Amino acid sequence: MSAHTETSEPPLITGTQSFHSVSQRISEVTEAPIQGTPKLWWVLMVISLLALANLGASIAYLFWEGVGIWGVQNPVGWGWAIVNFVFWVGIGHAGTLISAVLFLLRQRWRTSINRFAEAMTIFAVICAGMFPGIHVGRPWVAWWMAPYPNQMGIWPNFRSPLLWDMFAVGTYFTVSLMFWYTGMIPDLATMRDRAKNKIRKVSLGVMALGFRGSGKQWQNYEKAYLILAGISTPLVLSVHSVVSFDFAVSLVPGWHTTIFPPYFVAGAIFSGFAMVMTLAVVARTVYKMEDFITMKHLENMNKIILLTGTMVGYAYGCEFFISWYSGNDYERFAFVNRATGDYAWAYWTMISCNVIFPQIFWFRKMRRSILVMFVLSIIVNIGMWFERFVIIVTTLANDFMPSAWDYFTPTFFDFSILIGSFGLFLTLFLLFLRFLPMVAIAEIKGVLPQADPHFYEEKH
Amino acid sequence: MVQTEKIEGAVAQFENPATLIKAAQKMRDEGFRNWDTHSPFPVHGMDDAMGTPRTKLGWMVALFAFCGTTFAYLLQWWTSAVDYPLVISGKPFNSVPAWVPVMFELSVLAAAFAAVIGMLAFNMLPRYNHPVFNSENFVAKHMDDGFFVSVEATDAKFDKEKTVEFLGSIGGTNIELLVADD
Repeated sequence: MSAHTETSEPPLITGTQSFHSVSQRISEVTEAPIQGTPKLWWVLMVISLLALANLGASIAYLFWEGVGIWGVQNPVGWGWAIVNFVFWVGIGHAGTLISAVLFLLRQRWRTSINRFAEAMTIFAVICAGMFPGIHVGRPWVAWWMAPYPNQMGIWPNFRSPLLWDMFAVGTYFTVSLMFWYTGMIPDLATMRDRAKNKIRKVSLGVMALGFRGSGKQWQNYEKAYLILAGISTPLVLSVHSVVSFDFAVSLVPGWHTTIFPPYFVAGAIFSGFAMVMTLAVVARTVYKMEDFITMKHLENMNKIILLTGTMVGYAYGCEFFISWYSGNDYERFAFVNRATGDYAWAYWTMISCNVIFPQIFWFRKMRRSILVMFVLSIIVNIGMWFERFVIIVTTLANDFMPSAWDYFTPTFFDFSILIGSFGLFLTLFLLFLRFLPMVAIAEIKGVLPQADPHFYEEKH
Repeated sequence: MVQTEKIEGAVAQFENPATLIKAAQKMRDEGFRNWDTHSPFPVHGMDDAMGTPRTKLGWMVALFAFCGTTFAYLLQWWTSAVDYPLVISGKPFNSVPAWVPVMFELSVLAAAFAAVIGMLAFNMLPRYNHPVFNSENFVAKHMDDGFFVSVEATDAKFDKEKTVEFLGSIGGTNIELLVADD
């Protein structure tokens, strides 16, 4: 036994856990009676529900009145709705990165954070998918985007990046949901066997599908999980690439660039990790999960934030250089205008939040400070929201002919729907924390030292 | 009443993943067929210990992914070049490079459905009940911290006394016969 502890890394899970204590600690959160719900949860839930109600009211008014209630005009026909869409899709990407890419790379520290990172993905994609839907002008016929045989005798245009986007985001949502649910089956079975009352017994019994942890079942289960991780990896890269095609395939200066797919993917992972960090700190504090989400997990995520933030900074620099090097006047103007024009404030907010502030994570002490990482994760998400604003709005506001230029000003409803989307996201997330296993029970047991059959060999 | 009791199998508990692996090897070598091990998480090396052949799930997923690709190509070709040809940006009706994103997405979608539904089908899930759930100790422990071996009565080698004895001889404790409760 001693040979093991000496040669291996520091433990992933702290606080001397047994298999039973892992089941107990994670299941008890969902089993607690109403009075057992932490006060902080209620406070956050009330705030989220208010924001959600605000979203419902704003959308109702939007459908009644039309998209004119937003700041969109000519030439800025894509306003905050599309900024928010790209922002939310990007947030989702870190969840898939943690669950799929880190799984394939055998990064075992991912086990503590993958479940709620995947949940975050699903809720973020729900928020993202809402925006193009309410932006189409006549949302009651939004289903015309789908290719189905119809009495009009027409089909959608498969050469359009907007259609590709619908397929990419639709697939992404479906696959993420299946991946999340598959990962949860063993944990639902654990909770099923612990269930005391009728409602829990029946609902968990149905959701666990009769899984009984048998050797033959685990074999197929592990294979399915590996395949899902394997196909989610190219999928997550493709989704934000396709989102970037919405811009890159057009001929607008500042959008028509080949750097967009990798640049968007790096930015998506960057913002997503920041959001995972925000949520991890909240979940850890509300439910005191310090033994499962340890400082090591948080520090690793901070390192990834530093890495991807720096990659995004490189992309900003590269983009600027190429616009000068291209010798194209329109392209050059688009970038100089971003940094010095009417929207310079947005551009420099983006640069400071995304490139400058994350450099603080070069210092170990900063990487390990809960306060610093929480504040910085919010700063990064502000910065990444501004990145999409800069790309979309500055480019459209000042395109080819100065006579066609205009300055974009958001309205009250732009703000209220953005805030409302956070309400939707947080409401779903808080419900998830309360009712589903927020940490993968079976996976955590699998990384405990006593889960390894060889652990028992050297015991003297 | 005792005569009408229907015995559906037997279950035995083991102490930890290492003893479960050893028990699985002995069960395999003894020639049992309708038996299984149960653990709250996948135990490394269990497939070899049980002698389970490799799962065919990968092939099934590959087949469905290929169907997804083909369907996506045919859908786009037929709608854009045959049923509703429309000149867009001067591109050919069958503009294959533009079909690639949707072909990729539908391949992934089909593969994911095949992986999840195939996994459930190979595992014979969802399933309403199973003889092992007649043991209260099994229900309480198998997804928490217990390690079990179960043998079903349908196994040719199954015998009420001998199997129980054998499970004890390979280190099993809390050995129970699974009695149908209906």
